[in-house]
Amino acid sequence: MGRIYIDNNATTAVRPEVAEAVKGLLTGCYGNPSTLYCIGQEAHVEMERARDIMADALGAQREEIIFTSGGTESDNIAVFGTARALRKKGNHIITTKIEHHAVLNPCKALEKEGWQVTYLPVDQYGMVNPSDVERSINDNTVLISIMHANNEVGTIEPIAEIGKIAKAKKITFHTDAVQSFTKIPLNVNEMGIDLLSASAHKIYGPKGVGLLYVRKGTKIMPIMYGGHQERSLRPGTENVPGIVAFGKAVELMLAEREAEEARLLGLREKLWEGIKAKVPHIMLNGHPTLRLSGTLNVIFEYVEGESIILGLDEHGICAASGSACTSDALEPSHVLGAMGVPVEKTHGALRLSLGRENTDADVDKILEVLPKVVENLRSFSPIYKDFLRQQTVS
Amino acid sequence: MAYSEKVMDHFRNPRNVGEMQDPDGIGKVGNPVCGDIMELYIKVEDNVITDAKFQTLGCGAAIATSSMVTEMVKGKKLEDALTISNSMVAEALGGLPPVKMHCSVLAEEALQSAIADYKKKKGF
Repeated sequence: MGRIYIDNNATTAVRPEVAEAVKGLLTGCYGNPSTLYCIGQEAHVEMERARDIMADALGAQREEIIFTSGGTESDNIAVFGTARALRKKGNHIITTKIEHHAVLNPCKALEKEGWQVTYLPVDQYGMVNPSDVERSINDNTVLISIMHANNEVGTIEPIAEIGKIAKAKKITFHTDAVQSFTKIPLNVNEMGIDLLSASAHKIYGPKGVGLLYVRKGTKIMPIMYGGHQERSLRPGTENVPGIVAFGKAVELMLAEREAEEARLLGLREKLWEGIKAKVPHIMLNGHPTLRLSGTLNVIFEYVEGESIILGLDEHGICAASGSACTSDALEPSHVLGAMGVPVEKTHGALRLSLGRENTDADVDKILEVLPKVVENLRSFSPIYKDFLRQQTVS
Repeated sequence: MAYSEKVMDHFRNPRNVGEMQDPDGIGKVGNPVCGDIMELYIKVEDNVITDAKFQTLGCGAAIATSSMVTEMVKGKKLEDALTISNSMVAEALGGLPPVKMHCSVLAEEALQSAIADYKKKKGF
């Protein structure tokens, strides 16, 4: 049984070209990039080439790219580092209810230290209203942190408009672009972004490497102290193989972007139309059009998400659930909650996120298996039985 | 978090699944907000549970514990069935991940509630 991996918003398979690029650095060019002898310098050159690729991808300058261990670290440096640098100026942060926990939890930690945090609401599609951002700004606001695209539902936020507001008010603007980086156009100058987080493993690079873009002149302090690496904002010997792999992954993503985005959109729409035609009592989560091409989040009423995942897994299909019973966190999805989805419905959420390895045949297979899995679970769901009885009565 | 083979077996091939015609006792526990609902039906003859069936909305652990508890109660005297605890159900499934132990509690509660319903109907 072939495996169908359709959870690319969680992580992606490292591309062969990327793995190839790393090999030489793991064994041959192992020098510390801070040293002067040849293997150290070679590593340095390779790493700086990757930095140039990142800068080009963002419309930034090379000195503005800080390599980190991934999205979570980048988000933590952005939130805590800005708070630390600007605490004499103010103690208010604006973010949203649908951020990744790598932003939400640092904000909650700061609240315990006396900071004020505004968690902005979103509409039914998961969209933030820029005028809400503007209205929430006060004299103490020092940071606005709003994600570019949401990981659960894929909705793309109006970052350029928010950036304009932040710039006019001279407030540092951070965006978590972990899900969008290299997938959709992103330019830090055109969008008024001061800080930006990205990660390699969401775009077919390895786990354990990411970046934080820091606009020149932005007030920010380290959260870890050590050597001079990465402008002392992220000390520690750089993960050179990871960084070079990240560079290769970005290069490939950008070269293929237009064609790949169109292909993913085609597959996703085929999947959605197919599910709609075959399964009753479902609901699409996320914006109908302003959404990442590969993301499809659907609620199947009267069933529970984890049981759908397990049912799909039996057929070799790897997907994700947005439900309470997923992984080790028993919390219902905070994103769907913020979008106004009643909690009893959020339990039936399924997230399918397509990637470069997914094919038309994969979509056909999912459309064959998924309706059967849902139908089977509904066949012994007590609330589905009650629903059907009500239908016959009325 | 990973499920045991036994949990997966009961999830894939749930035993005694479906609605029961004219049950002697029904136990309904859980609610849609927490995401788990279990309905357990029992038939009782001469103080012995002769048949048990279930319908469940919930995660893999909820479905597997429902299936297991119906297996465990069949043929048991009522007083013996009442001694079945959630940890016994979990154990019979080869254990549950710690975050899923509450699902086995639901199975125990459904059983207690079905027996209580039977007793109430019989006027005990």
